[in-house]
Amino acid sequence: MGYGLLLSADNIDFMVHGLFEYSFFGHTVYITNTHVSILMVMLILMVFSLIAGHGFKKALKEEKFAPANGFMNGVELLVEFLMNTVNGGMGKGAPVFFNYIATLFCFILLSNISGLLGLRPPTADYGVTLPLALITFTIIHYSEVKFSKPAQLWKDKCSPLPPWLPIWLPINIISDIAVPISLSLRLFANVLSGTVMMALIYGLLGWIATGWPAALHVYFDLFSGAIQTYVFCMLTMTYISSARGDN
Amino acid sequence: MDFNENFIYGCSAIGAGLAVIAGIGPGVGQGIAAGHGASAVGRNPGAKGDIMSTMLLGQAVAETTGLYGLLVAMLLMFVKPFV
Repeated sequence: MGYGLLLSADNIDFMVHGLFEYSFFGHTVYITNTHVSILMVMLILMVFSLIAGHGFKKALKEEKFAPANGFMNGVELLVEFLMNTVNGGMGKGAPVFFNYIATLFCFILLSNISGLLGLRPPTADYGVTLPLALITFTIIHYSEVKFSKPAQLWKDKCSPLPPWLPIWLPINIISDIAVPISLSLRLFANVLSGTVMMALIYGLLGWIATGWPAALHVYFDLFSGAIQTYVFCMLTMTYISSARGDN
Repeated sequence: MDFNENFIYGCSAIGAGLAVIAGIGPGVGQGIAAGHGASAVGRNPGAKGDIMSTMLLGQAVAETTGLYGLLVAMLLMFVKPFV
């Protein structure tokens, strides 16, 4: 077999594995380690949000409007950062989409940095990033239909040429379809490349991999993960606000 | 005409190596974006936040083509579609 690279170490593992299999309308489908990672990420987020929400409720009840402790301080910092980002990126539509963008941000950020916790990052599975991009795609086209008249929409779709000459229409439609694909592939490939790189380092250089891979973890998991989270949310906001026509 | 498996593996590895040459373009592009971002911050230090976020967004979009090359390389190396 041609496993030249993989022959030298048999513990390189960055693929998605099926853990349990079951039959679903005649198809064999698997519960993979991505599902397990997603469940862990969801659990952490749920516990975090329960504690944070409880803290806010308590502060409201006691009418104390200064953060009670370091944790609540951090939560306020996060919420403020997200509010500033969404307000800057979306303008008028910010109150409508703040919850969605903030949820997306928390989920993707925690998914990307879950490589630090020893999990396989859920966003290194195309089945996780594609649905996230498809939600954006749906919102974009819903907003387009809702916020512009059909005539205007037709004129936009035939954009560089006049509306009675729809030669450019197929190209515009293809560029619309390319949006979710490029959005999801960007996140997927970035996280996957980090995962593969770390797996190769631990697999091939396992005998000297003590201590110094931490620096690579900081780059691939924390830095790259945070940047890609920010970029995904920024692009989502940009596309949605340009489809809604407010800026 | 049929080839044996090892020949296909070797050609897949060469193809993967050629595919990641796509990384040159985004490297140059991101470098240009970062350079202009740095000079923009030098001219107008007050707008550092806006310049940073715009630069990162542009760089991420420019990175996409390189990532497509990387994905093709990974498909050739690990998924082995031609075997």
